Amino acid sequence: MSMQSPTVASSASPTSTLYRKRVFTNRLALFLSLAAMASGMIFLLWILTTLVIKGIGGLNLAVFTQMTPSPGSPGGLLNAIFGSVVMVTIGTLIATPIGILAGIYLAEFGKTGWVAPTTRFVNDILLSAPSIIIGLFVYTIYVARVQHFSAFAGAIALAIIAIPVIVRTTETMLILVPASLREAAAALGAPEWKVVSYVALRAVRSGVITGILLAVARISGETAPLLFTALNNQFWSSDLNAPMANLPVVIFQFAMSPFENWVELAWAGAMLITFSVLAINIITRVIFRQRSN
Amino acid sequence: MSLTETGPMAGNTRKETYVSTEEQQRQIAARLVRQRIQDVAFRKTTLSFALFVLLLLGAIITSLVLGAYPVFEKFGFGFLTSREWNPVTNTFGAANAIYGTVVTSFIALLIAFPVSFGIAIFLTELCPIWLKRPLGTAVELLAAIPSIIYGMWGLFVFAPLFAQYVQPFLTKYAGDIPLIGQLFQGAPMGIGMLSAGIILAVMVIPFIASVMRDVFEIVPPVLKESAYGLGATTWEVVRNIVLPYTKAGVVGGTMLGLGRALGETMAVTFVIGNTPKIAASLFEPGASIASTIANEFAEAGDGGHISALIAIGLVLFIITFVVLSLAKLMLLQLSKGEGSRT
Repeated sequence: MSMQSPTVASSASPTSTLYRKRVFTNRLALFLSLAAMASGMIFLLWILTTLVIKGIGGLNLAVFTQMTPSPGSPGGLLNAIFGSVVMVTIGTLIATPIGILAGIYLAEFGKTGWVAPTTRFVNDILLSAPSIIIGLFVYTIYVARVQHFSAFAGAIALAIIAIPVIVRTTETMLILVPASLREAAAALGAPEWKVVSYVALRAVRSGVITGILLAVARISGETAPLLFTALNNQFWSSDLNAPMANLPVVIFQFAMSPFENWVELAWAGAMLITFSVLAINIITRVIFRQRSN
Repeated sequence: MSLTETGPMAGNTRKETYVSTEEQQRQIAARLVRQRIQDVAFRKTTLSFALFVLLLLGAIITSLVLGAYPVFEKFGFGFLTSREWNPVTNTFGAANAIYGTVVTSFIALLIAFPVSFGIAIFLTELCPIWLKRPLGTAVELLAAIPSIIYGMWGLFVFAPLFAQYVQPFLTKYAGDIPLIGQLFQGAPMGIGMLSAGIILAVMVIPFIASVMRDVFEIVPPVLKESAYGLGATTWEVVRNIVLPYTKAGVVGGTMLGLGRALGETMAVTFVIGNTPKIAASLFEPGASIASTIANEFAEAGDGGHISALIAIGLVLFIITFVVLSLAKLMLLQLSKGEGSRT
């Protein structure tokens, strides 16, 4: 400090007002930033601990082996769990080929023309579009036509929500494939479709699978679009053409009810669904990181 | 065949593969044609699925417009400004629900924007490298929690605490301020517009924060290093280098969060109170477009009621469409400028 010229010292010495003000502003801003991060983590932990505390009591073997009960009698969530698994599976099976093929177009053939940029734009809108609107859409085009709620309608609604997620990840992943890999395959005489599906797509297989799993995680917890497509069913049903119980709607109905055993089951279901979704999220990240390393 | 005969024969066949006969040339030509057809078919197939995604949006808009048509025919555009919502008399107006949606989303942004900004700064500028990935993942997990869980947590855990501690505090210290004071008056019930806004804020923070983090990370290090080299503090670098450079992305990310908040259904349905009215106080219950649809659709009778619910759905879709489009355009603008400015 003593070596500095007087003019510099006046603004940079630890004792000057300006310097102290700058340091103070900086510390304050960084403290607020830390506080913001901490508050985010607090909310995450708060929600997760709430789920464990309230959900663990209701979580027993009966949850997985018995049907949803009537108020006051014992029961489980078997039909709801089954319904959720069925609808999420069918939804994913519908969405995966559509999403991957559309994603291939955007990444491989989308360099010219208007289709790709428009689709990319629309896809991003659909990615964040309110899920309840998707439910309304499926209701008007399907449920209102056939005049009854059905598990299949629910699966279609979930598929429509999953498609944009898969399109987006497939495209992002394919763009990462180096051009030299494609050129090498093309130089060996491989036709375009083989270059794309056997070389490029295979190179990013784990990334595309990550996208599909994230879509599964996303639609597993969706409630709003199922309210008026799959509706709910108090009993066991494996008929795709009839209303089917599913975890989110059962949780919604039970949580809002005044019956103690229903509320307890709702918390058990909530814990089940949240930790499954979070587990899928964490597992995909770990897998993807290992593969990409 | 004996061994002596196979030797030269094998040599012969090998030779023939190099000197292709007419037959082979025809085969190769046929294969090329076949591959060409396969390629075109592949291209067209993928194109048709891309168009399918495009048509999906068109179909959603068309079906909503057709479904909402009877209501707009009956009430005209007065539907948007009328506050009367009565399924019994078949009179419908969307003003209450639109008000609820806009106000809760606005409260959510007011809280979520600074917090997300703080989180993004923490993750890009302050966080030790070994903590970056776990903390980033943790923030993204917050986005992965299903919205119905936020609703349950909001109703059963957050609302009682909010009513007991926060609402009386707000009434005591902010209730007497002119103009904004009346926002914080009324019975502390825990549920209501303000609670819905706060829960929405927690839900959209991860979306806004992760976009902001991504755009902060594209700031060329040389710019930041230059500022640090001139003696700037971390905050000054953020304020004068990072923020101006990523302005479009920050706004775009916030709009993306707004789009999410506007359409959020289950969490809001649990905590907003589901009473379609416009009250001066934010403690009062209200209803948003999404919560109205979620609550009433299953019980709606034929004709007017369902059509009215589809009509407010259309209004919601148009609002979110505009907001999300603007968000997307701002983010595109940023990524276009990325190359030219570095």
